[in-house]
Order: sequence, then structure tokens, then C-alpha cells
Amino acid sequence: MESYELTFEPDDRYNAFLAVCKKAPYGKGKLSGIAVAVKDNISTRGIETTCGSKILKGYIPPYDAHVVELLRNSGAAIVGKTNMDEFGMGTTTENSAFGPTLNPCDTGRVPGGSSGGSAAAVASNMVPMALGTDTGGSIRCPAAFCGIVGLKPTYGRVSRFGLIAYSNSLEQIGPMGQTVSDISTLMQVIAGKDRKDSTSYDRPYTHTPVADIKGLKIGIPGEYFGEGVDPKVAGVVKTAIDRLEELGATTVPCSIPSMKFALAAYYVTCTCEASSNLARFDGVRYGPGADPKKSWHEAYKEVRRAGFGTEVRRRIMLGTFALSSGYYGKYYAKAQVARENVKADFARIFSEVDLIAGPTMPSIAFKLGEKSDPLSMYLSDILTVPANLAGIPAISVPCGKAEGMPVGLQIMGRSFDDERVIDAAYAYEQAVN
Amino acid sequence: MVTEKDVEHIAELADIGINTGELDTFTHQFNAILDYFDVLDQVKGDTKVTRDLTNIMREDIVEPSLPRDEVLKNAAAQEDGFIKAPRVM
Repeated sequence: MESYELTFEPDDRYNAFLAVCKKAPYGKGKLSGIAVAVKDNISTRGIETTCGSKILKGYIPPYDAHVVELLRNSGAAIVGKTNMDEFGMGTTTENSAFGPTLNPCDTGRVPGGSSGGSAAAVASNMVPMALGTDTGGSIRCPAAFCGIVGLKPTYGRVSRFGLIAYSNSLEQIGPMGQTVSDISTLMQVIAGKDRKDSTSYDRPYTHTPVADIKGLKIGIPGEYFGEGVDPKVAGVVKTAIDRLEELGATTVPCSIPSMKFALAAYYVTCTCEASSNLARFDGVRYGPGADPKKSWHEAYKEVRRAGFGTEVRRRIMLGTFALSSGYYGKYYAKAQVARENVKADFARIFSEVDLIAGPTMPSIAFKLGEKSDPLSMYLSDILTVPANLAGIPAISVPCGKAEGMPVGLQIMGRSFDDERVIDAAYAYEQAVN
Repeated sequence: MVTEKDVEHIAELADIGINTGELDTFTHQFNAILDYFDVLDQVKGDTKVTRDLTNIMREDIVEPSLPRDEVLKNAAAQEDGFIKAPRVM
């Protein structure tokens, strides 16, 4: 029972929120009275949910996502919905139909994306924790750019029921917070089997972080420090890895040769899945409405041209093309082989090491408007997409600054080793703070 | 290499709606992105996709669904308890 009420009237100067619940109900439990912000592609009963898109403006879900139900049951106050790249498609939050979110560390820069609103809300202390979603880095990138912690859990660890799907085989809901303990607390609430998501596993999370990484072996992939990675960012992350060694871990160099194909495999897969998933937005059951006097295709086209932003239309078309007759074998089939090769590379490395560490992002936060070319924006996801392709857990924890902007240390682990990934991040965080 | 004509055709397949003014930009961007995707031509092997979960079923028992008026609330056009859609034929 949500019988209490939290007053929430933030000064949202960064445009982090798309909807705010000024009187947020909450109940008793582990998170009683704690303000939690929820990314706007996660369904919230009675609270407008737009995915950052005009096509869902005014849509009020009649049900809660499973994770939202779990949050409410644990007493959390859902205080608002956060800004995002439309349907999660972007690395900057500039693709929101409702204006970009600004980075609280430097308002001339983007917060990263696509969960940029959640990251900015946490980084500016409006909320202690938030939910994001990560399809190709959308939790870890904004966490790194804004200087907070963000975890992409193992695929299947957290139910996706009620998440408005963009790329089902890649995306996961995950926690974002100011500290690793916050991440762990949220995982205790949201992880576990949900019969309404048949890809979810019966692997609840009951762990409390332990700051001990003595004896752990950490692989350092050369590809994470190579071409395209800003040397200043690489330097900050190397210092952080030295710190992990001082804490008793040993590091060994390793290699992920399939990285060469990872980004292309990722973009082919996610655009193909998007072209199918987003077919449901016809304006008829929800959304702006389709002209009933027009023919189906005519009305449908009109709704989608007006309702979707450019990046969403671009990805739907790319996916449609890649799946079209004559191209399936060249793109989608090859991408799935490449994806299996990425998984195999991780399996081989994890037979010898416990964790893999490197930078989360190849650069610091971009300036607003800097990534106007779509391909150059896609390329900035290169260090985050491998974990999504393989389904493994990956965390970004702040590890210092370059040019005055936060840098994230990314730690990846074996599937369902979220606990160990969290412990390593916790050990690092405790040592430097 | 895709042409403006190809992009128009894809837009038609995807029912996405496209303005002639956008064709040039989309075509240009698609060619850059598809050039990048060509790296996949070098992928070796034919590893089959593996999944450790298969066919998650439940008993075929009717469970309560959302109330009709709740669901209709989000539809812009409705008539007699149904959602009104553009004609298909």
C-alpha cells in the first residue's frame, strides 16, 4: 500500500525530466520514501510514458512494468520519468523530441545517452537513484559522461515486461546511482524471474557489496586502448586499473579479435529488431490518431512521418533494408555469426580471467551538436556494444577526470556474475573515496 | 550503393513516409553506414545462434486482462467500445 506521499519539486535546469510527480506516493519497505526516477521507455501506470517521442505524446500506460511494480512494492517513490533519445536510439539524448538533456558537469555538453535524463537527475542530486535501459551502452555511456555509476545487468537477470521494446535481444533494464551500494540495493529489488518475461531467469540478487578483489585476475583487452580511444581517457583508466592491482588483483593482457565486427553486428541487429518492433506505432491504439477517412497505408505513413524523429526513421529504414529480399544473408545472417564470435571470444577470455576492464567510452562527453553525423555517433558505442552482444554484465564506475570531465571505468564479467562486477566496482570506489 | 530510388522504395516498405527534400541526405547517410557494414563480408564461419532457453510455456488458462475502458482511453478514435482504424481495403 502506498499510503505516504513524497513532495518532489526539483529545479530541473538540465531538462532531465519529461514528467514529474509532485506528490509521489510511496509505501513501506527497503526503499521506503526514496525518490527513484524512471526512464521514459519503462511503463508506469497513470504516468505519461513517451519514450521521448512525439508519437507517444499523451500515452498513459494502463499497467506498470514489472520493475516498476517491484519498486512500488519495496516502498520507492516514483518521482518522474526521465528524458531519453527517442526510443533509446542515440548516444547523446539530443534525439529526444522534447529537447536535449544537458550534462550537469558542463551544460555545453551532452549527458550521453540514451538514458541521459536518468544520469543527469542522479548526477545533479535530484534523485539518489534511477532506472535506465541499456541496448548498446545506454546506461553505461551517460553514467560515464555524468560521473555516476551504472550497471547493465546480465541479459535475463531483470524482467523486460513493460519496457517499450526497441531491440529485445540486446536491451536490459538496469540501475543508475551515485554509489555502487545504490546500484546493489536497486538490483536487490529489480532482479529475478518474471513469468511475464520468458527470457528472464530465476536468478534473484541478494548480494551486499564486498570491497575485496584480492586474487582476482582481470583481463585488459588491447582493443579498449587502441585506435579511436582518446589517449587522455585511456590514461585515466590505466591509472584506475593500476589501483585495482594495488588492491590485490592481477591484470593480464587479452584480445577480442571479433571487436572488428562488433559495432556493425550490433547496428545491423538493433536496426532489424527496431524495424519490426516499431511497426506497432500506427497512431491507432495509442498516439496521435490516424485519419480514419484515409486508406491504411496513407494514414499510417502520415502518422509515422509526423510522429517519429529523424534517427528513428533512419533506423527503421536501415533495418527494413537489411531484412529485405536479397540482403538478409549479407547483413542479418552475418551479424548473427559475428555476434556468436563475440560471445566465443568472451567465453575464451573468461576461462582464464575473472573480469575484464577498460574505458566505458572512448572520449569524454561530446559538446552539444558535435555528433551530427549518424555514423560518427554510432562509432562512439564501440566499447559498450560487446557486452550487449554477449549478454554479459558490465558496470561503469567514475574513475577520475580528463579535461575536467568525468571518465568511466568499465568492468565486465561472466554471465550472472553481476555480484563480482559490483564487488570490483565497489572495491575501487571505496579505495578512491 | 543505394540510390534515392532505393531509399524511396525502403520508405514505402516501412510505411515511414518520406519528404523529397530528405531523400538526398538519407541516401548519402545510408551509403556511408552500409559501407561500414561491409566489414561483415569478412566474417568467417557459420556459427549457429545458441540459446539456453527454449519454448517457455504456461498452461492455457484464461487470466484476467486489462479492463476495456482502461485500454480504450489511449485510442484517439473509438466507436461502440472498439478502436476505430483507417480502412485496410
